[in-house]
Amino acid sequence: MWGSDREPHIAQTHREAPTRVPETEPRTGARSAAPAVELIDVTKVFPGVVANDSVNLLVERGEIHAVVGENGAGKSTLMKILFGMQAPDEGTIRVGGQETGFASPKEAIAAGIGMVHQHFMLADNLTVVENIVLGFEPTRGPRLDFVKARAKITELADVHGLPIDPDVLVETLAVGERQRVEILKVLYRGAEILILDEPTAVLVPQEVEELFRNLHSLRDEGVTIIFISHKLDEVLAIADRITVMRGGKTVATVDPRDVDAHQLAELMVGSELPTPETRESTVTDQVELEVEGVGVRAGERWALRNISFVIRRGEVVGIAGVEGNGQSELIEALIGVRQADEGRIELGGLDITGWGTRERLENGLGIIPEDRHRQALLLSSPLWENAMLGHQSLEPFVDGPWIQREGARERTQTIVDAFDVRTPGVDTLAIALSGGNQQKLIVGREMVSEPRMLIAAHPTRGIDVGAQAAVWEQLRNARALGLAVLLISADLEELIGLSDTLRVIYRGRLVADLDPATVTPEELGSYMTGVRQEVTE
Amino acid sequence: MSTARDVAEQIPPDRGRPLPDLLHDRRLRLLLLASAVLLLGGVVARATSAQELTSSGTFGAAFRFAMPVMLAGLGGLYAERSGVINIGLEGMMIAGTWFGAWGGWQFGPWYGVLFGVLGGALFGLIHAIATVTFAVDHIVSGVAINALALGGMRFLSTVVYDNVPGAGVTQSPRTAPIDTLSIPFLSGGDLFGWRSPDMLGWIEDRSWVFLSDAAAVVSGVTKGVSWLTLVALALVPLSWWLLWRTPWGLRLRSCGENPYAAESLGVNVLRMKYYAVVTSGGLAGLGGAYLVLVQAGIYREAQTAGRGFIGLAAMLFGNYQPTGVLGGAALFGFADALRIRQTSAVHALLLLVGILLAMFALWTVYRLQLQRGLAIAAFAVGFILWFALTDDVPPEFVPMTPYVVTLLVLSLASQRLRMPAADGLRYRKGEAV
Amino acid sequence: MNGRLRSLGTVLAAPAAALVFALVVGSIALSVVGVNPLFAYSEMLEFSASANSFVSIFNRAVPLYISAIAVAIGFKMLLFNIGVEGQYLLAGLVAAAVGAQLTLWAPLHIVVMLVVAVVVGAVWAGIAGILKTWRGVHEVVSTIMLNFIAFSVVAFLLKNYFRDDPASLNLATKPLPLSGRFPSLNPVLEFFGLEPASGFELRGYLLVAVLLGVLYYILVWRTRFGFDLRASGLNADAALFSGVKPKRMVVLTMLISGGFAGLVGMGQVTGFFYGYTQDFPRFLGFDGIAVALLGRNHPVGMGLGALIIGFLRRSSQILDLRGVPREVTVIIEGVVVLAVVVAYEVVNRRVQAAEVKAAAEATQRPGGVAEAA
Repeated sequence: MWGSDREPHIAQTHREAPTRVPETEPRTGARSAAPAVELIDVTKVFPGVVANDSVNLLVERGEIHAVVGENGAGKSTLMKILFGMQAPDEGTIRVGGQETGFASPKEAIAAGIGMVHQHFMLADNLTVVENIVLGFEPTRGPRLDFVKARAKITELADVHGLPIDPDVLVETLAVGERQRVEILKVLYRGAEILILDEPTAVLVPQEVEELFRNLHSLRDEGVTIIFISHKLDEVLAIADRITVMRGGKTVATVDPRDVDAHQLAELMVGSELPTPETRESTVTDQVELEVEGVGVRAGERWALRNISFVIRRGEVVGIAGVEGNGQSELIEALIGVRQADEGRIELGGLDITGWGTRERLENGLGIIPEDRHRQALLLSSPLWENAMLGHQSLEPFVDGPWIQREGARERTQTIVDAFDVRTPGVDTLAIALSGGNQQKLIVGREMVSEPRMLIAAHPTRGIDVGAQAAVWEQLRNARALGLAVLLISADLEELIGLSDTLRVIYRGRLVADLDPATVTPEELGSYMTGVRQEVTE
Repeated sequence: MSTARDVAEQIPPDRGRPLPDLLHDRRLRLLLLASAVLLLGGVVARATSAQELTSSGTFGAAFRFAMPVMLAGLGGLYAERSGVINIGLEGMMIAGTWFGAWGGWQFGPWYGVLFGVLGGALFGLIHAIATVTFAVDHIVSGVAINALALGGMRFLSTVVYDNVPGAGVTQSPRTAPIDTLSIPFLSGGDLFGWRSPDMLGWIEDRSWVFLSDAAAVVSGVTKGVSWLTLVALALVPLSWWLLWRTPWGLRLRSCGENPYAAESLGVNVLRMKYYAVVTSGGLAGLGGAYLVLVQAGIYREAQTAGRGFIGLAAMLFGNYQPTGVLGGAALFGFADALRIRQTSAVHALLLLVGILLAMFALWTVYRLQLQRGLAIAAFAVGFILWFALTDDVPPEFVPMTPYVVTLLVLSLASQRLRMPAADGLRYRKGEAV
Repeated sequence: MNGRLRSLGTVLAAPAAALVFALVVGSIALSVVGVNPLFAYSEMLEFSASANSFVSIFNRAVPLYISAIAVAIGFKMLLFNIGVEGQYLLAGLVAAAVGAQLTLWAPLHIVVMLVVAVVVGAVWAGIAGILKTWRGVHEVVSTIMLNFIAFSVVAFLLKNYFRDDPASLNLATKPLPLSGRFPSLNPVLEFFGLEPASGFELRGYLLVAVLLGVLYYILVWRTRFGFDLRASGLNADAALFSGVKPKRMVVLTMLISGGFAGLVGMGQVTGFFYGYTQDFPRFLGFDGIAVALLGRNHPVGMGLGALIIGFLRRSSQILDLRGVPREVTVIIEGVVVLAVVVAYEVVNRRVQAAEVKAAAEATQRPGGVAEAA
């Protein structure tokens, strides 16, 4: 049982530095009688899904108000409604006491609401200035007044401690810098209410700390902050008040001093968090995958260098790391979508370095890609064709060059039954399924073909808790039967819970070789951020 | 606080050897290159007695022929910068030719220009409705637009030119020309009724290598230039200014780079795309009107001969930049002018292209890109052999000169493209992830 | 089964709506020039209801259909072969020239000519495929340029090498020997009691078109290659991760598309001109794009689309005789293509939304809430 005493490291970092939080009393109602934001009985229905069901939310001026909930609990929809990106079907919205119904983000911005999206809303090929002033440009005559724009941005950056070079293209910026641009964008518009949608998802712990410092200083200047997250410990560390959402409803609003992570979690999921059990090691001594000195170039630099590791039958090797440190290139090099520029890859004793993707798949490599919609599905095709994808050269889907529709349908039905894919049938279009069911189909199609080696990238990203537990269970069972797995994930709970060995990738290199049973979050975090580097080869 | 992106270990650039210091300024590089080509062209012209290769007449014609292509290319630029691929440029240009001729015939040439722009803009609007409102695949819609424009213009001709003398289903009556301008002293223009000396013409007549050729270039763009040409040319800096120096331009470009970001900042993406695509059609229509009013003086069916597509190619060649579009169009205009002016000059062009390719091959090899260098060298040898082993280019091949040049240039140049990130992608309001 | 019938209905609704819309636009155009649209339309229908028109409509539809297939196979993977025009002209010329030099057992003779046409079309299209994969030149631009180049090459070859009689002003290849001529299907028509006038021969090449349609269906929907092709068109990244080699796919598809394109004009070569002449029909390549859009790349849909265009073209002939500008049919063609593209998009969105809803309802558990957006 590690669930309670071995929290993900990000949480730990902040639990140890709670000193800042009690310093400032929540400023509930400090400035004005009218709350900053008030949502009353807001309902939003998508075809077949009630995303928001009579939601109520009350945010006071000058507080950091967290909205927590599982993926799919309706947080994002709620914020899109508040920001005018979607219209509610029912309900009342009040901002600063005024009843409003924003038809577009423009109106929300005019009312002093700003949003920092989870996926940055930046145009890579525009400069920082251009990104910030877009839609709200200072002008001199018909011209865009770049001088004025630059001056104002520099001033804002200085005041809030968010340093940035205004004239570089956004594509040259690192993740933390991009987030700074996003926050500046919102402040530039004079926002008094700041919505942050999962702002820490892409940050390393040190960046998270910096963000929290910035948020506190913003709050002290009177900015109201709505902080959306599903990371409970972060929320406990930063928020003045917390509203919990579950299944499209707001179930409670609590004071962080009155609850602990467990109580909050129970409110959020309605039960305890899934806690992967400890189990017998199934690692054998037969090497399934051997990677030797692999390097991948990206233009004029190396995206991946000197990658060497082995995976044995029955072993799960986890790769931890902040996104963008070479994980994508590693996956692509392993399945042959991209050829390694140096090094060797052996699968089951065969040198597959020069092989194409199809040959690798035919020889027992399975892949659960990072990006479900982009890399793993034909959304407008029926499920049985999706079940074929990646296996379209193998029985029972084809016989020589001919597609076997019956065989394919039967196999798909097998997957649907065995992996609990909830669908009206195998002829349903993939787009009609929920994210969790799509993912179960993908996991199922790889598992049913009994690969010798599986690359699983973020296998449970963005799916609900039930589906997550099911996928984990499937991976464990397959491992017990001798499957070798390379697990790449941003979810430390998943990594630590499933892996037999843990490696850390940083700037295209493997920098650490850790035992998931003994590793501490601090240790992991410092490798992931490059504070510590252990060259393992 | 940085990612793999900026700090990863540097490896030797695979472009090979770096540029000499002198060549680091891009403008200087281009100027040197153009001068070298002109010098070489002058030498080749004299060696093969294909004097039209570098005559002011050819450059003047090249300039005129370049304008419609450039206008279509600029049209493409607006659309694609806003994220809409516009294969329908050809159809919009066809509409421009028809309406330009009709307006010119009915009310005079400048009205022709106006109607040409409106005709093109109308088809731009149709493209916008299909791609922006109904999210139809951009290329599919463009193809359909081309078919519709062709049919629609033919129908209009049958209706409007039924009993008009000199006109019919396939052509309009002649249109009045647009006034031209020659610069006084430089190119012998009139000054208060007095004809000034033509200095450039004098230099060109001396037939001094390079000097006369350079004079011919300047003469070509300053002598007998249509006012509409000046308008078209002014659109290049104007477009740059609009797109890169005004809020309107920033918003338009943001739609092509990340429409959901633009939407989240209150930019009305749909409306911006409409503006861009309608402008695009208007510019292509202007190109069509130019074709009728300046070049031909008459509308004929199929007059555009793929210039809308070549405009698209010029835009790609110009890497989505207005000045680049002008450069690509000039190249096409030159090839087009040559075939009209003197068939033997097309033969000489084989040699010129061969030598240029050979030099390019050497350059590529110098920069340590062996494989590519060899491929280019093979082409170079092919062209030089073709020149050496024949006395003439078969007359049937002459019309294809500009198309071959376009294809050649695109295949040698199209890999450094930086297209707008969301170009051609479907956008639907409120679908942001 | 009920669901499938319903979806068939929605699929048919799109082209029907587009056709009605186009007829309305045509009516407006006719009214503007002072013609009663109903008069024009009824004249057209009446004129088409004869054996002669039947033959003419099918003869017109055949090359359009093959051209549409050539375009559609590229469309299926979002590869735009706009160069069918140049490919079929060049292929028709070379095949006619080769066919004129041979004397073979009749079926073999024709087969050899068709093979030559396929190869020439494929090679010409292949240039665009290679330019795309090797140099990144977009195929729309390159195929258009190759069209213009093909026109020049055709003129050059016909004048200098393939010309039958250098003295004659008429530029044409040597006429095909009898063994290279495709028999007419008129005997079959007569069996069914249709007797077209002389000069109206239902070309046997119709059978080739039908075979090509079947081949196209099997290739795209029943083979692994077809699956790879469609996957590439639906989601290029997912196709890549499933082991499709994109460059290979582009070149292969261009070759196949060009191969089909090579056959577009062979009906006229083997069944009408008996060679390649200056009067050889043009624009079939561009018309094929329209038919492919109309029929939504579906073998049956494109067949109907080709017949509709064939009908419009045949029946427009009566309009001139009745003092109506027959170019109105060109407008109808243009509008119907654009309208159908929009209509399919709208219907498609509806169908998908209905599926999403149906799936959500079918999988909803009591009390449970599915994932939100």
